[in-house]
Amino acid sequence: MMDFLTSRAFKGRVFVLLMVGLIVLPFFLRPFGLLLVAMWMVHAVAALGLNLTLGYAGQISMAQGAFVGIGAYCTGLMTLAGVPYPIAFLCSGALCFAIGWILGYPALRVQHHYLAFVTLAFSTLVFLVMRNEEWLTNGIYGLTDIPRPILFGWNTGKAQDFYFFTLLMTSMLAFCVWWIIRSPWGRAFIALRENPVRALSLGVDTRRYTLMAFAMGSSIGGFAGALYAPLVQFFEPNSFSLTLSLKLLLMVIVGGSGTFFGPFIGAATEVLLPEWLRIAQGYYLIIYAMLVMVLMMFCPTGIIGLGERIISHLRQKKISSERSAQAQAMGQDKVAQTKSDTQGGAGQ
Amino acid sequence: MTPVLQVTNIRKQFGGLTAVDGVSFSVNEGEILGIIGPNGSGKSTLFNCVLGQLQPTEGEVRVDGQLVTGLRPCDLNRLGVSRTFQLLQVFPQLSVRDNLILAGQEHRGSMGTRLFGARDAGLTDDANRMIEFFRLSHVADEKAGGLSYGQQKLLDAAMAFMAGPRLVLLDEPAGGVNLTMLGHLRERLQAINAEQNATFVVIEHNMEFVMALCDRIIVLAEGKVIAEGTPDAIRSNPEVIEAYLGH
Repeated sequence: MMDFLTSRAFKGRVFVLLMVGLIVLPFFLRPFGLLLVAMWMVHAVAALGLNLTLGYAGQISMAQGAFVGIGAYCTGLMTLAGVPYPIAFLCSGALCFAIGWILGYPALRVQHHYLAFVTLAFSTLVFLVMRNEEWLTNGIYGLTDIPRPILFGWNTGKAQDFYFFTLLMTSMLAFCVWWIIRSPWGRAFIALRENPVRALSLGVDTRRYTLMAFAMGSSIGGFAGALYAPLVQFFEPNSFSLTLSLKLLLMVIVGGSGTFFGPFIGAATEVLLPEWLRIAQGYYLIIYAMLVMVLMMFCPTGIIGLGERIISHLRQKKISSERSAQAQAMGQDKVAQTKSDTQGGAGQ
Repeated sequence: MTPVLQVTNIRKQFGGLTAVDGVSFSVNEGEILGIIGPNGSGKSTLFNCVLGQLQPTEGEVRVDGQLVTGLRPCDLNRLGVSRTFQLLQVFPQLSVRDNLILAGQEHRGSMGTRLFGARDAGLTDDANRMIEFFRLSHVADEKAGGLSYGQQKLLDAAMAFMAGPRLVLLDEPAGGVNLTMLGHLRERLQAINAEQNATFVVIEHNMEFVMALCDRIIVLAEGKVIAEGTPDAIRSNPEVIEAYLGH
């Protein structure tokens, strides 16, 4: 049973069930519910990007929210100017890739909390540009009436259509991330996180991989922003303040840093859980904060790590009970053998 | 014949302290050179200067006649120079097999082909052979962090050989390894040396291990070479006995 829980077959079935669930879900949800689940997917994509930079490559970034903002503004401004959405979407990712690459340079010199401060400063800088450069971003008034895309005659204007569009894009981006982490690059990113000195001595160009980790993670953040813009259709600079970066960081840590599904679970706790805990009213944040504190105290590897620990514990328990049963059986055999030997000896 | 490694007049200063003071030596193809000396004699600093981990204050390093002083460790590794470290340096969250694949993957193709190509970079068979050679088959799928110290030492050494290097620098490979594992490690190193004509430079404190393994030994004391010769000559050198081996 334990082996099945960790097997590829089980994971595959869970994945298929999840996908089927996400496909049929819109037929049972109201527009607000659809918006919420789509919002979860967008946040999960942004957290996937951060997970690549932080969870796999070990480079702390407090700027993921800023990249979501850059992606959202890029898409918003371009589509409002009449540029087709696919081009705006790609430009958002490309722009964030380039900026992320540049932001990666400080990571070559500083690490850990120093790097966190560098990225935090960048995040603040981006926020100030969004708020103060009115000629470009419309300042505190933000961007409004961002159109939803029409792709090959498919108008995604309605909530349900845009939900399916978000699901499609999320699946594609998640597949890209999955591909990267399963490729030799993913292994090199883990090496970078665990032991950069040893990695370097084995031919891993840590400089290039560090820059790539930043650029790719930021680019995925930009794509999340490109999905966010037409989803909400209105946003202003506060949507991408430092709070968003901290939330995304929390999603990665709570879900399970360095695991593929961690960001999805982390995003669910950040986006969906508040809605389910609405009955708690003002106590929601207290409950959530306490849950996070307890989780971090007892399982710093996040919810996925907690699951793995439980499975590993159950497996150990099963192995030791099997061993003790075997030992017991061997002991009984020995007793029976001794008895028969004794009886045989007495008979003679 | 051009030596595989030629170190000329290497000097490394940290502020007012001279850790390595004008060390020169060369290693020929297929040779096993030992470097011994008391703690603080500059052995590891010398290794780090040779391998690009530290920039030497003076001197030059050549590999197969090519000047490599100041080259980054990853670039040196691609030239066929590999190393192990004094302290354990495996990737604990990766499996034994993945540690080995990682040790060889950067020698296969470009970054682009590694992103879009096979997940194992075509190295699973090579990794399995190395696992078998170092007798790690029973833990091949275990995470490296869960192995015993001796097994991690073997894995560390196996990783250094994964890309088929011409020259391997081993920094205290016997440190903290039990006698059985030590004999096994020595036997594996000798086998690689005999089969592949690989060249080794070994820093070691375990005299029995280093005397049995090496063809030639140099002795460092206070950053300088005080003796050089065969194991027997070193064992009976009065200066070495005085400075390091003791009576």
